[in-house]
Amino acid sequence: MARLALRALRPRHGLAAVDLDIDAGELLLLSGPSGAGKSVLLRAIADLDPHQGQVWLGERAASAMAPAEWRRRVGLLMAESGWWGATVGDHFPAALHADLHAERLSALGFGLEVLDWSVARLSTGERQRLALARLLARQPEVLLLDEPTANLDSSNRARVEQVILDYRQQHQAAVLWVSHDDAQRQRLVAQHQARALLICERALVAEPCS
Amino acid sequence: MQLIVLTPWDLTLAALLVLLLAALSWRLHLGIERRLLLAAVRSSVQLIVVGLVLGSLFATTDLRLIGLLALLMLSVAGWEVRARQKRRYRGLWSYGIGAVSMFLSSFSITVLALTVIIRVDPWYQPQYLIPLLGMLLGNTMTGVAVALDNLTRQASDARAMIEAQLLLGARWDEAIGEIRRDALRSGLIPIVNAMSTAGLVSLPGMMTGQILAGSPPLEAAKYQLLIMFLIASGTGLGSLSAVWIGSRRLFDERERLRLDRLK
Repeated sequence: MARLALRALRPRHGLAAVDLDIDAGELLLLSGPSGAGKSVLLRAIADLDPHQGQVWLGERAASAMAPAEWRRRVGLLMAESGWWGATVGDHFPAALHADLHAERLSALGFGLEVLDWSVARLSTGERQRLALARLLARQPEVLLLDEPTANLDSSNRARVEQVILDYRQQHQAAVLWVSHDDAQRQRLVAQHQARALLICERALVAEPCS
Repeated sequence: MQLIVLTPWDLTLAALLVLLLAALSWRLHLGIERRLLLAAVRSSVQLIVVGLVLGSLFATTDLRLIGLLALLMLSVAGWEVRARQKRRYRGLWSYGIGAVSMFLSSFSITVLALTVIIRVDPWYQPQYLIPLLGMLLGNTMTGVAVALDNLTRQASDARAMIEAQLLLGARWDEAIGEIRRDALRSGLIPIVNAMSTAGLVSLPGMMTGQILAGSPPLEAAKYQLLIMFLIASGTGLGSLSAVWIGSRRLFDERERLRLDRLK
């Protein structure tokens, strides 16, 4: 697994040019007022929006990789997940055997039968957890998470946190996690050596600005 | 059988019926009378001018003149496709996608029909070329307009679904595949329906015209069949190319969904 490096990355709006390194296996927390450009930054890193500057995964630049391959390796979990198929199972890679999903699905509080559920009957919280499951099923090398626990109750929030931390551990994935939850940020910084950054005057900073 | 020539008086009688409808629309507050009358006047002027132009054009076989008229027809069809889009492409694309697709399909099929099937000599003899091209353009135009409109509307509605697929490592053509197929189907349905009910519900317009003008019905039916096959393939080719160019234009070189390219 590799380090993610942003070089003079300037998203469509919000932030000024960003330089940032996230090592393999590192957990970086990002917070800031809504509208400051957090989601837009994540979209730029995943190369989903036009932007200036370059993003590197290890030795390879985004522009040197096929777009589909880049996005599979640099996995973005959006705050609102899109579902195009009829059942949950339609959104998981067909090549992978169901057994391989079973462990992670149960860690997220689902049985294997969830793959046969119709997408239309999922609640917001279920969608959020299943969106994480379908993303991790593609084994990305980097995780870009846009408020992955925003709509969850405390027990499911703990499940999702654990699944993300386990994935980071097992795959040495670089993780960029946008969170508005102060308690969550403090917990992750204290117990999991996370680095926390804020958005202040269109830049990423370590300390709150006055 | 002889062609019965219509007098201005005959046409005036038919026009009175339209006037009657307009009066009815005004009386019932339907609000369509102005547009109805305007459309009637437009069609009268356009068709009479075309009749006059064709009359003198049929006398010549000047390829440049015929080419000019064909291009004029194409450009009007291009504007019509553009006008029927709810969400248009920005810039020249809104016009270009439709015009190029119709050019590729209608022109090539017209030339094929004239040279290989009907074998007119010279192939650009206007009496055959202009009506044939008009039929093809008119029908292809409908198919292309419906298919493109479907494509852009569905793509803008399904943004979250398309981007979700891109984010999980799908290529652009996989992410838009279902929408693309749906748009193509919608463009082809009118001609498929027209072919399957042809002759049962109503006689197609061209066949009716030939019979009224005195052709034996079976000969008219053969020509109608030829035209329908040409129209079906022209509509198919035109919609195919419009949906292909249109869907490619919705993504940029990094395969990002670019709805900002639509108005």
